[in-house]
Amino acid sequence: MTPIVEVRDLHKRFGELEVLKGIDFTVAEGEVVSIIGASGSGKTTLLRCLNLLEEFHRGDVLIGGEAIGYHLRRGQRVRIGEREVARQRAMTGMVFQAFNLFPHMSALDNVTLGLTKVRGMPRPQAVELADHWLDRVGMLKRRDHRPSQLSGGQQQRVAIARAIAMSPKVMLFDEATSALDPERVGEVLETIRSLAQEGMTMVLVTHEMRFARDVSDKVVFMEDGRIAEQGPPQRLFLNPESPRLQAFLKTSSF
Amino acid sequence: MNYHFNFAPILEQWPLLLSGIGLGLLLALVSIAIGSVLGLVVAFASRAPSRWLRSLAFTWISILRNLPILVIVLFLFFGMPQLGLSLDKITSFVVALSLYASAYMAEVFRGGLLSVPQGLVEAGQAIGLTSLRIKRYIVLPIMFRNALPAFGNNFISLFKDTSLAATIAVPELTFYARKINSETFRVIEVWLVASLLYIVCCYAITLVLRAMEKRLVLEKA
Ligand SMILES: Nc1ncnc2c1ncn2[C@@H]1O[C@H](COP(=O)(O)OP(=O)(O)OP(=O)(O)O)[C@@H](O)[C@H]1O
Ligand SMILES: [Mg+2]
Repeated sequence: MTPIVEVRDLHKRFGELEVLKGIDFTVAEGEVVSIIGASGSGKTTLLRCLNLLEEFHRGDVLIGGEAIGYHLRRGQRVRIGEREVARQRAMTGMVFQAFNLFPHMSALDNVTLGLTKVRGMPRPQAVELADHWLDRVGMLKRRDHRPSQLSGGQQQRVAIARAIAMSPKVMLFDEATSALDPERVGEVLETIRSLAQEGMTMVLVTHEMRFARDVSDKVVFMEDGRIAEQGPPQRLFLNPESPRLQAFLKTSSF
Repeated sequence: MNYHFNFAPILEQWPLLLSGIGLGLLLALVSIAIGSVLGLVVAFASRAPSRWLRSLAFTWISILRNLPILVIVLFLFFGMPQLGLSLDKITSFVVALSLYASAYMAEVFRGGLLSVPQGLVEAGQAIGLTSLRIKRYIVLPIMFRNALPAFGNNFISLFKDTSLAATIAVPELTFYARKINSETFRVIEVWLVASLLYIVCCYAITLVLRAMEKRLVLEKA
């Protein structure tokens, strides 16, 4: 079966600085993959390459078997047009550390915007679907609230509904709980966990080691722009092979 | 001092004074509308990828911001006919005030654009919106809300600047005040009444804009 995400020899530079130095990994349908690693190792950059928020310089990213971002024209790698980029971005759902809800819209409208303007759904149908997902993340009662009237945890749950309502092939989470007050972390992790249990394909960048261990089918450890080790959570957390990962786990809190 | 105030000859002329105020408000409204549209274009140009467009925008802003409004008014009204383009006095004044407003509104909108966090643009990209739709549904609505207080200040300034239209005989409040002044010689009374009218109007505008701001400006999340 084709994997939902396939990354092959991915390289990314910011000017002179090479941040991704050849990344290979795959995510199968229904799989939950956590990416861990020290600050600056390139986790966010990798995630942003998966939905084309960053351009990359070499290698391929395939989502559902489709190579994204570039095509070959007379042997040259050419960035695809804006409309195509937009279409390919909608194949993935992104949840940001800072929530990034649209502040001038209600929770409901945050979710329906993409449904009506990108998916072309009629408004009543979009509202029905948005309500379903808001209910799913426990935010239906506050669908008419503005982001400024919601706690961080509530905002993040709306952001999850906004992304998942677009029925992406894979959900990407970039430290979805790092900006939250400690007492708000649990509700968001619970939401993510229940989506995982329902079979949603996910890639999570996280510093929550215990969570990564519990929900993931696979853990990817990044070190300085490379994948230093990957495998099932039991093996990585209990028997890390590389000294780097051993050291990293010692300094991480569970 | 035993000056005897006599407002009667001035208050008799209330229809003129009111029509003067009305015209002033209209001139300010039309000018800020045109100036805002132009200013929005200039603001986007000032952040365009093309270097050529950017310098055009900055040239536009710096020329108009460094010219006294009266000079623009006189230049257009007396200068342009020499170049074969004569406009009637009201049109000519509206053009002058709109150009002037465009530079200030461009600055307001530039600030407003900068105040839209990049993360919101990325959130729009992530759900598959094209850049035009991101502008329309995310950037512009937030920018307008953030720009509202500055917009209000500019509108009040423009309204006060309409008094300069008197210099080219546009019949707004200052023009009529001067006319009544020369007919009645009640100097103090005329200018007291005119001042009061300007103050009341500006204050009313402020109140309306505050109410709008209260409803529209976004609290920090
Ligand atoms: N827009 C950018 N321009 C230049 N350098 C960047 C940019 N974004 C990231 N970098 C650099 O790329 C490297 C990887 O950054 P990235 O944000 O992907 O790390 P990370 O693993 O997500 O770290 P953290 O755990 O702190 O979030 C860092 O050295 C960072 O300074
Ligand atoms: Mg990061």
